[in-house]
Amino acid sequence: MAGAKANPGVAPIFKRGQLKKDRLIIAGKEFSSRLFLGTGKFSSHEAMGGALKASGSELVTLALKRFDPQNPGDQMVGMLRQPGVSLLPNTSGVRHAKEAVLAAQLAREALETNWIKLEIHPDPRYLLPDHEETLKATEALAKLGFVVLPYINADPVFCKKLESAGAAAVMPLAAPIGSNRGLMTLAMLEIIIKESTLPVVIDAGLGAPSHAAQAMEMGADAVLVNTAIAIAEDPINMALAFKLAVQAGRMAYLAEMGQTSSEAQASSPLTAFLGS
Amino acid sequence: MGKESAIKPLEPGFEQVFAQHPWAQMGAKLAQIGEAQVKKALSRAGQGSPADFMALVSPAAEPYLEEMAHLAQALTRKRFGKTVQMYLPLYLSNECHNSCLYCGFSKDNPVPRIRLDQKAVEQEIAVLKGMGVCQVLLVTGDFSAKRAVEYLGQALDWITPHFAQVSMEVQPLSQAEYQVLIKKGLHGVMVYQETYGPQYAKFHPHGSKADFFWRLGTADRLGRAGVHKIGLGALLGLDDWRLDSFYTALLVSHLEKHYWQSKLSISFPRLRPAKGGFQPEHPVSDRHLVQLILAYRIFNENLELSLSTRESPDFRDQVIPLGITSISAGSKTEPGGYANPNTQLEQFEIHDARSPQAMEKALAQKGLETLWKDWDPHFGKPQ
Repeated sequence: MAGAKANPGVAPIFKRGQLKKDRLIIAGKEFSSRLFLGTGKFSSHEAMGGALKASGSELVTLALKRFDPQNPGDQMVGMLRQPGVSLLPNTSGVRHAKEAVLAAQLAREALETNWIKLEIHPDPRYLLPDHEETLKATEALAKLGFVVLPYINADPVFCKKLESAGAAAVMPLAAPIGSNRGLMTLAMLEIIIKESTLPVVIDAGLGAPSHAAQAMEMGADAVLVNTAIAIAEDPINMALAFKLAVQAGRMAYLAEMGQTSSEAQASSPLTAFLGS
Repeated sequence: MGKESAIKPLEPGFEQVFAQHPWAQMGAKLAQIGEAQVKKALSRAGQGSPADFMALVSPAAEPYLEEMAHLAQALTRKRFGKTVQMYLPLYLSNECHNSCLYCGFSKDNPVPRIRLDQKAVEQEIAVLKGMGVCQVLLVTGDFSAKRAVEYLGQALDWITPHFAQVSMEVQPLSQAEYQVLIKKGLHGVMVYQETYGPQYAKFHPHGSKADFFWRLGTADRLGRAGVHKIGLGALLGLDDWRLDSFYTALLVSHLEKHYWQSKLSISFPRLRPAKGGFQPEHPVSDRHLVQLILAYRIFNENLELSLSTRESPDFRDQVIPLGITSISAGSKTEPGGYANPNTQLEQFEIHDARSPQAMEKALAQKGLETLWKDWDPHFGKPQ
């Protein structure tokens, strides 16, 4: 293949061009990277900044609870404010819709963005989302002009309700946050991806680049990764590995993979008697 | 004392679980634990039962310490990342009507008693804010419950506007009293049983603390009151650390099932020299304290594990990376100690005197980030 010598492995496929034209659009905003990055759990702001660069991510989450609005020189925010990178504050720590709305308003004021990743998990152990409260908060925040990306269980019916409530995307979980277990909710994610009119960002539980690639092959619009990158011995190379995996998975999806089949193709056709 | 006979418990309390696990019987069970149970407990990796915990703190687990350390560290990184939270204690008062044998605040110790007024609290706040502190733990001795709640309510009004998270370690209160304080912005409450064993009465001869079962029911009252964080622990050195910690683990399992919205935190107070010259009858070695910390993590990957300045700098530097997720640094254990140090009034001598900033540097060298703020003061108000 042409170009293979100059940059083996990656360049030739890029040169065919499809990836370069591929854009994800959420609420009118274009993203060329389909890897979103969570910023907790890193050993230092520098490690996080390095991983962000290597990941090529254009959307990074930031927990309001970790950000100090009284401290304008907040190092972490400084590290995240890089050209081409947008902030997605999250409401982690809130337990109900009212608190989530308040948190979103505080984040909007402090970080000057109307994007909000809505996380309502009243349970501090598994951090699983509360759908009743998430629906209420999505409706309220959408009315207040927020671009709402709710973190949810992989529940296809709930995704339809969020569409009506005014969500800008849905973020179903692959497995419990931080579990690194991969696509445990696969069957439900397949339905969500097939039925959703909103971008589907698979969030939480992706522990290896292969998990991210698989999510993208299935047709997810993007993935969000945090723990797997942050706690790697070498977060920068792990961020790069996820970047490449997301690209590979997306490419495979666009190239329309052949169906997998558990049965061998029958050599004696069953409908041959019908003639042609 | 405001016991809530009028409030009907929604759930069976820990007292019932406790009654089903007699001290002597648990001691016999502990003595019989063998290698097979330890191996099974190790395989639970963060999702264990109290029986698994008992195996992990048993003598049979001692040869597995290195393996436990690797496992605990990996579980901690997965759940908490490469981060450690920072808080500082803010002692408000050394008044106390108890005479606990090991405590510098015992009413039998002839030291001046003070309770900080608003002005003195504001001086403390200014020093703490200057150190970059966002999370504080309010500490007092035990004084008359009615006055205590009134005072603590006032103190919360003075303090909560200045910090992201305010917790407290004071005498056990009633559910209704906790609810009043939670409305004022109280985030978490630490109440240590000290010991679950038959020696409790000997160490706590007078005052409200002599009431073992009132103290034992505190975590249930906190859970019912809807507090965000409940801190537990046994005082290490009073009795057999393995057994005392087993009861703490039993309480963890009980609380997780019944009060699923509250986060749990474990502390490891190892007895330190204090006024009164108390010598622990069951001193806990470094090796055993490490085993205990690792056992908690392998038993339950979600627990906040907290290690205070009671421990030495060297020990903390080595142990924090293995599973600790919350620390204090530069603590003063006397009321008013940040603005006006007076070691005569201390509850206990700290061992690690490094400042929070020095501690942040030491953690960074271990590849750990200090989390100064992990909460927002706007969160957590009752709906």
